[in-house]
Amino acid sequence: MTDTLLEIRSLEVAFGGFRAIDGVDLTVGRGELRFLIGPNGAGKTTLIDVITGLTKPTGGSVRFEGHDLVGRREHEIVRLGVGRTFQTSVVFEELTVLENLDLAASFRRPLWSLLRRRRVVSEEVTAALETTGLAALAGSKAGVLSHGQRQWLEIGMLIVQRPRLLLLDEPVAGMSSGERERTGELLTEVARDHTVIVVEHDMDFLRRYASQVTVLHEGKVLTEGSVDQVRADPRVQEIYLGRAREGAEDAVR
Amino acid sequence: MTAPVEGADTRAPIESADAAVPDKGAGATAPGRPVRRWQGAAAFTAVAVLALVVAPLLLEPFRLGLLAKYLCYAIVALGIGLAWGQGGMLTLGQGVFFGLGGYAMGMYLKLNDAGGDLPDFMVWSGVEELPALWKPFGNPVFALTMVVVLPVAVALLLGTLVFRQRVRGAYFAILTQALAAALVILLVGQQGLTGGTNGLTNFFDFFGRDVAADETQRGLYLLVAVVLGVLYLGARQLVRSRFGRLLLAVRDGEDRVRFLGYNPATVKTLTFAVSAGMAGIAGALFVPVVGIISPALLGVVPSLELVVAVAVGGRFALAGAVLGAVVMGYARTYFSEELPDAWLYLQGALFVLVMTLAPKGIAGLAAGLVRRREARA
Amino acid sequence: MEGVLNQLPIGLSIGAVLLLIALGLTFTFGQMGVINMAHGEFIMAGAYTAYLLQGVGFLIALPAAFVVAGVMGLILERTLIRRFYGRPLDTLLLTWGVSLMLQQLARDLFGAPNVQVASPAWLRGGIGILPYNRLFIMALAAASVLAIWAYMNRTGQGRRMRAVMQNRRLAATSGIDTGRVDQRTFFIGSGLAGVAGVALTLIGPVGPTLGTYYIVDAFLVVVAGGLGQLRGAVLAAAGLGLLNSYAEFWSDASLAKVVVFVAIIGFLQIRPQGLFFVRSRALT
Repeated sequence: MTDTLLEIRSLEVAFGGFRAIDGVDLTVGRGELRFLIGPNGAGKTTLIDVITGLTKPTGGSVRFEGHDLVGRREHEIVRLGVGRTFQTSVVFEELTVLENLDLAASFRRPLWSLLRRRRVVSEEVTAALETTGLAALAGSKAGVLSHGQRQWLEIGMLIVQRPRLLLLDEPVAGMSSGERERTGELLTEVARDHTVIVVEHDMDFLRRYASQVTVLHEGKVLTEGSVDQVRADPRVQEIYLGRAREGAEDAVR
Repeated sequence: MTAPVEGADTRAPIESADAAVPDKGAGATAPGRPVRRWQGAAAFTAVAVLALVVAPLLLEPFRLGLLAKYLCYAIVALGIGLAWGQGGMLTLGQGVFFGLGGYAMGMYLKLNDAGGDLPDFMVWSGVEELPALWKPFGNPVFALTMVVVLPVAVALLLGTLVFRQRVRGAYFAILTQALAAALVILLVGQQGLTGGTNGLTNFFDFFGRDVAADETQRGLYLLVAVVLGVLYLGARQLVRSRFGRLLLAVRDGEDRVRFLGYNPATVKTLTFAVSAGMAGIAGALFVPVVGIISPALLGVVPSLELVVAVAVGGRFALAGAVLGAVVMGYARTYFSEELPDAWLYLQGALFVLVMTLAPKGIAGLAAGLVRRREARA
Repeated sequence: MEGVLNQLPIGLSIGAVLLLIALGLTFTFGQMGVINMAHGEFIMAGAYTAYLLQGVGFLIALPAAFVVAGVMGLILERTLIRRFYGRPLDTLLLTWGVSLMLQQLARDLFGAPNVQVASPAWLRGGIGILPYNRLFIMALAAASVLAIWAYMNRTGQGRRMRAVMQNRRLAATSGIDTGRVDQRTFFIGSGLAGVAGVALTLIGPVGPTLGTYYIVDAFLVVVAGGLGQLRGAVLAAAGLGLLNSYAEFWSDASLAKVVVFVAIIGFLQIRPQGLFFVRSRALT
């Protein structure tokens, strides 16, 4: 790895007696597009929660560009340059698409400067409207958007924040095939100039867009490598076959 | 977590008239909007003329005094509309800030009237020397500064401690209510310092004028109306600014806002402090207008009554909050004169009806009517 | 020194009353997301029940008050609150309207001045610094907590109640009639407020605004104890009762509430979710 952006060492998270993450090491280099896969309960979302400050780990370290992220509050981590989306997209329904993006883009401004009314649309917001294909809906309230459009708006809100690391939690879950296609294109575009970690269940999507894959299983890293390497790994076949034969065969084929 | 997100129409048109896309996509929202903005300005001007010219000419001094009192409450309501309607913070302790402003003003007026001697109620309570707490309030500049500084400081402190710990929603409401209850007991108990249950009353001189004179009262009414107008415009500007958008976002998804890189606690604390400052100013104006400030005016019940007035008027629209305070003020005066026994039943029934049938209040009903008419046209 | 000891039963009995009141609040809030301001008027209803049943027997007043207040709660739940589940702030204002009407009703029925309920002869006197009436209140609260604990942990109804409290949707899809569970919770919670009202007749007069003196403190018990937490409510109620009585003893009655308020804010700096809470991953 030429240039390390995120470095996780012997991470542990316990909920009561349950060890959701049990000694995970993960290194992500600058510019990488990394997929995190694994069966339900493998700890994928928990891992993202820890990186973004939503969950406090019981042990281990998370370093991002030399900063220790453990113990920092969520908004501080965002300000360091880590952005994320959620499985069920959360946008502000009472605000328009444009206002959602504008709010996301303004977070580095001093608070007092927010007291002025917005007169123009900034370049990055305009660009994000184009990238996400939501330009025609700019003036509509986000509450009227479809599920797919909400996910794109969320990704757009991430882009305008110019994070150095993007974490996408199941971006295509519940999407129609057309929406998946569009999301895939969006992802490829975003990955061109960002470092991205994607948690995804959808194997078809994985095969089409993934390069580097990390497989989590029962809170541990099972294996890491290219899509082909991971697919060939007998242990990966084992956990997927052992769980649900049909979907899993499809997954590793 | 608790603010309702019900479709796309929870705000009255007066606040949603924004959302312009100046360079592109404007076609979708442009029709009708310039008209609305014009209508809003016209409505504001009409109300201003009514309040500043027509009311003083038509109303006899007693009725004008009542209106001035309601407008003081409307200033508090404006702050509640900001904190609760826009920010989702249900504050049940605005009486505390109203009281801080009111007592700061009352202490100055008492000392001014006493002219170097002890205020009358202290003599009756057997106090022999002016308490240290009172001394600086003899200075009008200090007292008037404290009218705003005290409530804002208390709100900043409470807001910081509470919001930082992510205590919110109903918990915040309960804590503000407990503060109101505690303050009342404190004020009643410290007879020699605060005038106890009677509070501070019997004022004579208001900055060189006889406070009871019709002329002074008319001037005070105009002052209250102007202050309300200015604060309303300021609050509207706040709501329409990026900060206002951020406030709505915090109301509807505080946890999501964190992941946009903002600290919701700061946004909430500042807004809470602004609403507290408004209540303080209202309290200070209330004292010369009504001639008294006492614990009964700022406890749990008056604080809740104002929140309910805001709900009746329409919590999601600043104009609704103001309207609610005035309407409920008149209703209270009318019914407690005409049907004193039935008033509590009526008041209680009104809350139940508003909460069940019209949770967006009068403003919500009006906005619905306007939309229906537009749809027909 | 004797003064200090005297405060102990006073504080604990006030804590016991707060506990009886707070149990209903913490369960209706935890299970249904309802803030019931009219809960205070159920206390008042219980106290007036004891007033009406003077001479019939104090021990009969307890179950009678439980039923009277419980039925009032049930009616309120069925007619109004049911439409407002999960909207605590709206229920707060709604039920305050109800509370105003009930206070006025009490004024019309029993008159505005306070009335005194004669304590039964067997509760007068005491052992040393422990007056019988305050001991009885503590025993009453202890018995109620035990009964609630047994109900929640040893009966099918109680298990269903806990299930609904933890995950309403899952409980509903598992075939639990959540509406019935809600009604039972409301009945029991309101009934306990009625019992608290009877207990209060032992230590003071009864008036239409009796409930308003205790409801705020009872809510603070919920805040400090943690939502829907039995042991949290017990500890918080005892703590608050003692803090109240000792703050009054050492400072000044008018400062006590301020001291309590500051203590609660300070406590929330250490335990913002109360003494006990369930850890959850949900982004609410």
